[in-house]
Amino acid sequence: MGYYLEFEKPIEELELKIEELKRLSDGKDIDITAEIKRLEKKAKDLRSDIFNNLSRWQKTQLARHPDRPYTLDYISMIAEDFVELHGDRMFADDPAIVGGLGKINGTSVMLIGHQKGRGVKERIKRNFGQPHPEGYRKALRLMKLAEKFKKIIVTFIDTPGAYPGIGAEERGQAEAIARNLMEMSRLRTPIISIVIGEGGSGGAIAIGVADRLYMLEHSVYSVISPEGCASILWRKNGDLKTEDFSRAADALKLTAQDLLGFKVIHDIIPEPLGGAHRDPEGAAKNIKDTISKAIEELKTKMPGKLIEERYRRLRKIGAFLNGTQT
Amino acid sequence: MAWFKRTKDHGLKTVKIPEGLWVKCDSCKEIIYKKEIDRNLKVCPKCNYHFRINANERVKLLADEGTFTEINPDITSADPLQFKDSMSYAERLKDNQKKSGLKEAVISGKAKINGHDVVLVIMDFAFMGGSMGSAVGEKIVRAAELALEEKIPLIAVSSSGGARMQEGIYSLMQMAKVSAAIGKLKDAAVPYISVISDPTFGGVTASFAMLGDIIIAEPRSLIGFAGPRVIEQTIKQQLPDNFQRAEFLLEHGLIDMIVERKDMKATLAKLIEHLKGA
Repeated sequence: MGYYLEFEKPIEELELKIEELKRLSDGKDIDITAEIKRLEKKAKDLRSDIFNNLSRWQKTQLARHPDRPYTLDYISMIAEDFVELHGDRMFADDPAIVGGLGKINGTSVMLIGHQKGRGVKERIKRNFGQPHPEGYRKALRLMKLAEKFKKIIVTFIDTPGAYPGIGAEERGQAEAIARNLMEMSRLRTPIISIVIGEGGSGGAIAIGVADRLYMLEHSVYSVISPEGCASILWRKNGDLKTEDFSRAADALKLTAQDLLGFKVIHDIIPEPLGGAHRDPEGAAKNIKDTISKAIEELKTKMPGKLIEERYRRLRKIGAFLNGTQT
Repeated sequence: MAWFKRTKDHGLKTVKIPEGLWVKCDSCKEIIYKKEIDRNLKVCPKCNYHFRINANERVKLLADEGTFTEINPDITSADPLQFKDSMSYAERLKDNQKKSGLKEAVISGKAKINGHDVVLVIMDFAFMGGSMGSAVGEKIVRAAELALEEKIPLIAVSSSGGARMQEGIYSLMQMAKVSAAIGKLKDAAVPYISVISDPTFGGVTASFAMLGDIIIAEPRSLIGFAGPRVIEQTIKQQLPDNFQRAEFLLEHGLIDMIVERKDMKATLAKLIEHLKGA
C-alpha cells in the first residue's frame, strides 16, 4: 500500500485491518460487509481528522513524500502530445529539470519542472531533483523558445534546492539562477507556476517568477529548509531532534496556507483527501482546472501589459518600515 | 541565509580589527602597525590581503569627497513572520543597529565618482551578515529606479551571506524583485556595475551581484552560491585551495576582472567613461 509517514500510521493500521477482513470474507459466506463499511468510514474520518490538522513540519514531510506525483507524472496526466526537449546547448542535459511542449485543452504550451526520481537508480540520475546550472539554462532556453513562438509557459516547482557542488559553482550556479530571475521577469509570454512539492529556496524560484503562482495544498515554499534553519539556530546546542525541525518549520511559516495569507501566491490547489499521492488523477485534475482557468485569464493580455503587471506584483512584495510608515 | 561560515580549511577567520595599535593579518599572520594598514586602505602591506571594510569606509573609498547623499535612510525591516529563536528578530535588528551603527545591511545614495554622477549601493557584512530581507531588497530596487529615472550608472558593492532567513519567503522574493529591477536597467541601457567583495553568497550572488553589465571582484574575495561548509558536507570531499575565491571565478569566466582596492575608484571611473562616452 505504499509508504506511510509517521503521522499516517493510525491510518495504515486501520487500512491493513480492512484489507485483512476483506481477504477473510472473500469467497466465504460470513457477512462482514457492514463491519468493513464501518471501518472504512472510520478510516476516512480519521484521515480527514489527521489531514485537517497537519503541523507545518508534517506538511513538509508530506511535500517530500516518496509516493507523491512528480512533474512528469502530472505532465502525463494533464497534457497531450508531450515532446520532451533536452539540453542547454552549452554543457549538458540536466535530468533534474525537464521540459518540453505539450497540449492542454488543445493549446500548445511549454511545460518545465524540477524532476525527482523514484527508486534509488532514478533518484540518483535525477540528483534528487537538485539542478546544476545547466538545468536552469535549459529551462531558460525553453522559455525563450516559448516566447518566440508565443506559447504560454507552465512550470512545476519541486526541489530541495539547487545542487551545492564543485562543478555547480565552477559553472556559475548563482549566475544561472540570477539570469533566470531577471529574464523571467521580462519574458513576453504568460508564465504560470505551481509548487507541487518542495519549493527549496533559490533553486525553486529560479523557475518560479510568474504571472500566476499557485501551491498544492500540502506543498511548502521557503527560503531555507527547516533542517537548515534549525542547524543554523540550534546546532551549537548539540544534535538536532525532530522537535527542532518542527519549531523551525513553524518559525519559517512555509506552507501554502501561510503563503496565501502573505499574498505571495494567488491560490491554493486542493489535494484529494490524504494527499496527492493517494489519488494522483484527482490532484492532476485540480491542477489542470487551475491551469486552464489561468490560461483563459492570461492568453489575451498584451505582452507589454503582462510584464508590467508581473513587475508590479513583484515590486510590491516586502514588509518594511519607512521611518514611522509601514 | 545567514548560514555562511568560514572554516579553518580556508585559511582565514572573521576579521575584527581590535582597538590596539598592532594587528595580526589574518592571511599572512604578520604583526602590523594598525595605522599602516589604515593608511593602506585596510589592505595588508605584506601580503595584499584585503580586510573587510564597512559601508561608510567604502563610500569614502569610492565617492568624491562630500558628494554622497544618502537616499531612503529610514527604511528598516519589519518582522512579517514574527520570527523568534533565542532572541526575537525585532530584538536582533535592534542589536545589530546598535553594533553596526547602521539601520540596515545596505546604504544607498547618489554620489560622484571622479565627477560622474552615479547611484551607489553598498552592503555591510557587519549588519546580520549583510543578509537581504525586505528592507535591503526595497532599498536596492529604489536605487535602481533612481538610476533608471536619471539615466546614471548604478554601482552596487555586495557583501552578504545571502537571503535573510528571519523573513522567510519575503527574503526569497526579494531575489526576484531586485533582479526584475536590474532587468529594467538593461532595457534602458543604463550601465550597472557590480562590485563583489568578501564574502558574497546565496541569494545575493544569485540575484543582483551576478547580473552586472560588468562584474568586478576584490582580490581573494570568497564568492559563491552555496557556502563551502554546505558543499563539503554534501560531497564529503575536501575543497580545492582557491575554491570560490575571486581568482577561481575569474578563471572560470564568471567575472570580468579582479581589481585591488586602491585601483577600484579609478577603474570604475574609466568604465563609466567608456560606457557613457562616444
